[in-house]
Amino acid sequence: MARREGAPEVSAGSMADIAFLLLIFFLVTTTIETDAGLDRMLPPMEPPEDDVVIKQKNILQVIVNRSGQLLVDDELTDLKALRLKAMDFLDNNGDGTCTYCKGKKNVESSDNPAKAIISLKNDRETKYSTYITVQNELVGAYNDLRDREAQRLFGQDFTEMEATYLDQQTPPSEKEKLKEKVKQIQDLFPQKLSEAETSSN
Amino acid sequence: MSKFSKKKSGEVPAVSTASLPDIVFMLLFFFMTVTVMKDNSLKVENILPNANEIKKLDKKDRVIYIYVGKPSKEYEKVYGTEPKIQLNDKFSDPSEVGSYILQERAKKHQDLQNFLTTSLKVDKNANMGLISDIKSELRKVNALKVNYTTYEGDAFRNLQ
Repeated sequence: MARREGAPEVSAGSMADIAFLLLIFFLVTTTIETDAGLDRMLPPMEPPEDDVVIKQKNILQVIVNRSGQLLVDDELTDLKALRLKAMDFLDNNGDGTCTYCKGKKNVESSDNPAKAIISLKNDRETKYSTYITVQNELVGAYNDLRDREAQRLFGQDFTEMEATYLDQQTPPSEKEKLKEKVKQIQDLFPQKLSEAETSSN
Repeated sequence: MSKFSKKKSGEVPAVSTASLPDIVFMLLFFFMTVTVMKDNSLKVENILPNANEIKKLDKKDRVIYIYVGKPSKEYEKVYGTEPKIQLNDKFSDPSEVGSYILQERAKKHQDLQNFLTTSLKVDKNANMGLISDIKSELRKVNALKVNYTTYEGDAFRNLQ
């Protein structure tokens, strides 16, 4: 008869199988969530107290129709040309008060970035994907201009600075420093993107 | 009881698999930490559009999700093929969005209630009409911070 010498060792061979089982379970049940997108602020419900008169030349009107065509200031435009057009409009510096602008100083276009407003209007039948592309291009126009100024002032891209600023892992001391810089750049090209009510026809 | 005879020398020893569980556990922990459990099952088709000028969404506890899209295959018979709004686990009308936001807002911690973002997860084939209905509902309850959640990618791919 076999005589036992101490407790027998438990075989660890099946441990791997158990762990694999768990691993596969987690692989199947979880999804890596998409957690990024375009941030927008909606206008508040109450209309402003007094009607502000805005000159027509300070508004860039972007209209998207139901078939996804784009009308920028009454001109049929390709989606790919929208970004440059928006940048030209924002950077125009019509009244010469903007010292950092490099625009054409066209008197027919916007006075300065602080006054320039982009108005986006869409049809009820417009596809969401087209709308997002237009939004993306308009935000891109702002980001490109802000990047340019951030490079000039701080030698760094604005989008990068903002991402570091919003990151939760950035230490608070660094955040404080970035906060002012980000604010400064934002004020150079304030994002004035108005979303009008959609038209039903 | 006799002792086992000694193995012949010169034979290749077997590779120890004792560390295999450790490796697999490492993988397991990796997946456990990087993934998030799905908390509500999607009843709508939800292929998001692409965009590249995107910003990361806030922490999960500060976000309210609204899903929009065509009802998926098994619900097609009952709800049709027009895009619908999904709040929590059920299909809803645009008019219910306001109360849903208020209800979700009340559930959050008081300190966070002013910093909530509404994440709109909208299928790329949805129409803007429904979105603008949602937007006006959001404005009514003063939930002005929205995020059009998208995949990262070239925005012009949306047009194809």
